[in-house]
Amino acid sequence: MLLQQIFFALVTIYLSYRAFNLFSRIRRNILLGEDEDLTDNAPQRWKNVFLIAFGQKKMFKRIVPAVLHFFIYAAFLATQIELLEILIDGFFGVHRFFADKIGFLYPVIISTIEILSFLAMIATVVFLIRRNVLKIDRLHKPEMKNWPTIDANLILFGELALITGIVCMNGADVCLQEVDPQNYHHTGFFAISSWMGPLLFGWMDAGFLQIVERFGWWLHIGTVLAFLNYLPISKHLHIMLAFPNTYYAKLNSRGEMTNMPSIMNEVKSMMGIGDAADAEAPPADEELPAFGSNDIFTLSWKNIMDAYTCTECGRCTSVCPANMTGKKLSPRKIMMDIRDRAEEVGANMDCGESQYIKEEVRATAKKITKENYDDGKSLFDYISKEELHACTTCNACVEACPVMINPLEPILKMRRYEILTDSAGPKDWVPMFTSIENNGAVWQLPDARDKWTEELN
Amino acid sequence: MSTEWKVPKMADLAAAGKEPEILFWVGCAGSFDARAQKVTVAFTKILNECNIDFAILGQEESCTGDPARRAGNEFVFQMTALQNIETLNMYKVKKIVTACPHCFNTLKNEYPALGGNYEVVHHTQFLQNLIDTGKLTIKGGGVFQGKKITYHDSCYIGRVNGVYEAPRKILEQLDNQLVELKRCKTNGLCCGAGGAQMFKEDEPGDKRINMERTEEILDSGATIVAANCPFCITMLQDGVTASEKQDDVMVYDLAELIVNNNGIH
Ligand code: SF4
Ligand code: SF4
Repeated sequence: MLLQQIFFALVTIYLSYRAFNLFSRIRRNILLGEDEDLTDNAPQRWKNVFLIAFGQKKMFKRIVPAVLHFFIYAAFLATQIELLEILIDGFFGVHRFFADKIGFLYPVIISTIEILSFLAMIATVVFLIRRNVLKIDRLHKPEMKNWPTIDANLILFGELALITGIVCMNGADVCLQEVDPQNYHHTGFFAISSWMGPLLFGWMDAGFLQIVERFGWWLHIGTVLAFLNYLPISKHLHIMLAFPNTYYAKLNSRGEMTNMPSIMNEVKSMMGIGDAADAEAPPADEELPAFGSNDIFTLSWKNIMDAYTCTECGRCTSVCPANMTGKKLSPRKIMMDIRDRAEEVGANMDCGESQYIKEEVRATAKKITKENYDDGKSLFDYISKEELHACTTCNACVEACPVMINPLEPILKMRRYEILTDSAGPKDWVPMFTSIENNGAVWQLPDARDKWTEELN
Repeated sequence: MSTEWKVPKMADLAAAGKEPEILFWVGCAGSFDARAQKVTVAFTKILNECNIDFAILGQEESCTGDPARRAGNEFVFQMTALQNIETLNMYKVKKIVTACPHCFNTLKNEYPALGGNYEVVHHTQFLQNLIDTGKLTIKGGGVFQGKKITYHDSCYIGRVNGVYEAPRKILEQLDNQLVELKRCKTNGLCCGAGGAQMFKEDEPGDKRINMERTEEILDSGATIVAANCPFCITMLQDGVTASEKQDDVMVYDLAELIVNNNGIH
């Protein structure tokens, strides 16, 4: 028993520590983005967390997956109580710590967990079928090839392992309560294992039952710890990040593109208006600053958190007008690319090799920072201009995302980089730009703007 | 009827020491595009009919900058937007109505950060308000009675600014049969013009977005499509024409429907 206790403590502490490090790495990667203050109006933010993250409000636009997903989600939340008990039991070498402390509540809680787990199991099986047999369209776009599909299936199998663990652990326990009441105290009626346990394991002797019980117990906690270490490389990370991501989602109008005060002030001083007119013009020889985003460093931290929160569900892509008409753009791919790029940069920073430091400062730099990082690559190596150019800014993706991700914002930031910093972009747009600049109209036309009034009467 | 339609200009009113209640922001499409001009005219007639104290900027109006900004050209956006804000603030404009969802969105949501604060309404909301307050009555038994009409939610009035009911209420008044498209309201499908797509060739793909939307419209069996965006109207009209259904399905702006229904000529 003591041996098991020590083993448990070592495994749990080690795997938790490892997971903690992986999560810290993700936090570091997210903070590679630019600062953006998203803390105003806390009451509204909490309301969003309750409705959209806890309440899964946006999931319910598609009722079938919403209900199935809700089973898994509810089971996940409820199982946390059982997990707490497993941890206490494991560390202190006790058995079902809560059983004699909370009286009749105990079987109620365990029964709830069991029923939800049963529903979650059905949902998991349906999800596996939807993904692998029915091949639901949005789950099989080009960006879902290889790892993303394996990832999704691994999680579903992990889910099944968790549930198997619960069934073995509780089912065998119920049987043991009959054959070895000395060590296995009566816990009251469990909604599923009280009848399923005897059905499955009733034929076993005490020794065999103990093995099954331990197997279930270890399978459960083992899967949880494995999950914890797996989340950082999985789309399943959303089970944690969905909450902060919803909290920090922008509250201002979707219609507002973030203003660029530096450009505004420059234009103001050019036009001689406002306070900017008095401000000193920047010296002419100063290097022009880069505008827009070409990499994660010039996205905001929220854009990167969005990417790490993405569940790869493809709700955004399935409603994207560009994607559905065969264009290369897929808002889900945009988010997956940002995450992949953040992972790449993070891994390079971790390895610490000086080849990832800008050449100019390589000799003097002590370590890689977000300011001196340079690997000769950028987000444009992941996201093509063709994709960026196809967006109609219709906001369908923003509306569709159940975890409040905004795929449109990075698209527009990258367009800004292309036009403002690279002076590139679709050539068709040039006449529109010049016409607005010179004639104040999107089209270059000889007519006066109010010519239509002449024909009115 | 020989009504003299009036379109006062801000500069003239200012010279006479007057400030109109509301500025009618015409927009580039409404000013220059032949099809959208018809909408501008229809809306102007309604403003006249309802004795609204309005004015336009005329030559002093510039593009709001929406397509430039969404294409990524913040410089051009700032230039035109700051110019407009100078003009609007000079005339002490407080309230603006426009028939273009893109102008509406930019004026309403983006100009404040640049120092332009106005109450901005879209003509859809404005028309509905005229009806609600009894200033405008939709005549019963009009030309649209019993016809099947559908409504296309523009992205910038619908999903972006959350206006779904006003246009539908107006359409219900026309005594017709309103059929919803499969993708409507928050799920409305874009016409394909936004984000400066209007001003360039499509990216490679299998289909134009307006055709995807047109197919849905044709499936609905409606003979009239109501819209409230000059770019949607162009896109949908192109789609209907490309499907050779231009004699069966008409694309109209809400203001045009009201003018036709009430026989304002
Ligand atoms: S905003 Fe752009 S990326 Fe998002 S759904 Fe619309 S076209 Fe697609
Ligand atoms: S961005 Fe949102 S909607 Fe799109 S795949 Fe990711 S989680 Fe799903």
